[in-house]
Amino acid sequence: MTDFGAAFAAAFAMVAGFDPDLAEIVGLSLQVSLLAVGLATVIGLPVGAAVALFRFPGRTALVVALNALMGLPPVVVGLIVYLLLSRAGPFGVLGLLFTPTAMIIAQVLLVTPIIAALTRQVVEDLWVEYEDQMRSLGAGPARALTALLWDGRFTLITAVLAGFGRASAEVGAVMIVGGNIDHVTRVMTTAIALEVSKGDLALALGLGIVLMTLSLAVNAAAFLVKETAQRHYG
Amino acid sequence: MMAPSPSILPLELRDVSFEAGGKRLVKDFSCTFAGGKRSIVLGPNGAGKSLLLRLCHGLIRPSAGEVIWHGAGGGIDPASRQAMVFQRPVMLRRSVAANVDYALSLRGLDRSRRTALVDEALARAGLSRLAASPARVLSVGEQQKLALARVWALKPEVLFLDEPTASLDPSATHGVEEIIAAIHAAGTRIIMTTHDLGQARRLADEVLFLHRGRLLERATAEAFFAQPKNDLAQAFIRGELLWWRRGRDNLAARPGAPSEEGDPPCTVH
Repeated sequence: MTDFGAAFAAAFAMVAGFDPDLAEIVGLSLQVSLLAVGLATVIGLPVGAAVALFRFPGRTALVVALNALMGLPPVVVGLIVYLLLSRAGPFGVLGLLFTPTAMIIAQVLLVTPIIAALTRQVVEDLWVEYEDQMRSLGAGPARALTALLWDGRFTLITAVLAGFGRASAEVGAVMIVGGNIDHVTRVMTTAIALEVSKGDLALALGLGIVLMTLSLAVNAAAFLVKETAQRHYG
Repeated sequence: MMAPSPSILPLELRDVSFEAGGKRLVKDFSCTFAGGKRSIVLGPNGAGKSLLLRLCHGLIRPSAGEVIWHGAGGGIDPASRQAMVFQRPVMLRRSVAANVDYALSLRGLDRSRRTALVDEALARAGLSRLAASPARVLSVGEQQKLALARVWALKPEVLFLDEPTASLDPSATHGVEEIIAAIHAAGTRIIMTTHDLGQARRLADEVLFLHRGRLLERATAEAFFAQPKNDLAQAFIRGELLWWRRGRDNLAARPGAPSEEGDPPCTVH
């Protein structure tokens, strides 16, 4: 129990004192996850909207697949990216394994289906409401796509947030493709896993506190933006 | 100012039927709309009024028959010369002015020309002071005026209106009717549905009376409101409850049928 209390005290001291090791790990985590979510958003929004608006053979199967991929296990994604990027794999020559780039690739694969699937639902619901009006004004699905994404922007914030939550919290994929190398690919989740197994609870707890705070802050900010904007724009 | 000639009218519906879920909702509809007038489509709920407008406007395809714009052809797209206002307008989540601007951009007008048209349309609809407001926070009445401003900016040759005042209070209805009259005065052909008889009297040049998917009567407003030829139309303008009355008449006409008030319309054996 005293160990536990001491660990908490040490953890708070690290967070409050901007411990350089901790700051480096937090910085890399944010860099990887934000870039991954940014890329996944750029891919996921138009893909989700297109699946919502266009009718093509295999569409139902794609919708089911997208929804299923939302629950993709991170370790499986890690394994697939590992195989692709390993020396013997098709992209081995690029030498990306155990770099932050590999971690970003894995997280993009993990997060894109989440954003695309949620976007599809949002845009499909909007289209039900808008279709007659948009067609009457002369906009078929292709021309309406951007307008629908824009009109769904407040709800889509939640989709992107879900993606960010997934990216920042997962440990399996970044562990496998990043390797948890100190000062290179060590992020919050992999560091926590390592420190706990080493018995260094202070750093693990410190990182845990930062991770929770970040997640809370991002969600609170997004909620506030959504609420104010929605009240303003209706 | 108006859509450049030649006109896309007349619009002809030739034996148009529309089916959904195995039910024929519009039956063998044939009529022609030429330029100039305001046609009001009257009829009870489920008569097929909205479907008729959607068929004309091209939002749905007829199951049988043809919708023909006789003036179209030679590179004229009839869709670009018509517009529609719905019972519940859909406003985009952007400003009042941007809603009008978006409609114009879909018609391929460049930005420099759009600005003036947007200002003009909003001024005519009395919405200039709200130009920068988000469209979705306007009242329902203001949103409907905005919907009219949006189509007015397009300067359509034909404007379809599907019960545009059905959810509005009298003062908002008055505002909307004034705008419709002004759009018509500027040269747009009006084809509108309503089940508000007072409104039909105020706006109609001619009336089309629909019942259960069929066109039962088409007459000038004067003739129709003086004395419709069709017995159902007579009952309708007398404000009788059509279905109830009809069933009652049939029952009463049969010898031995129960005739006092308050009888159930059917008996259980």
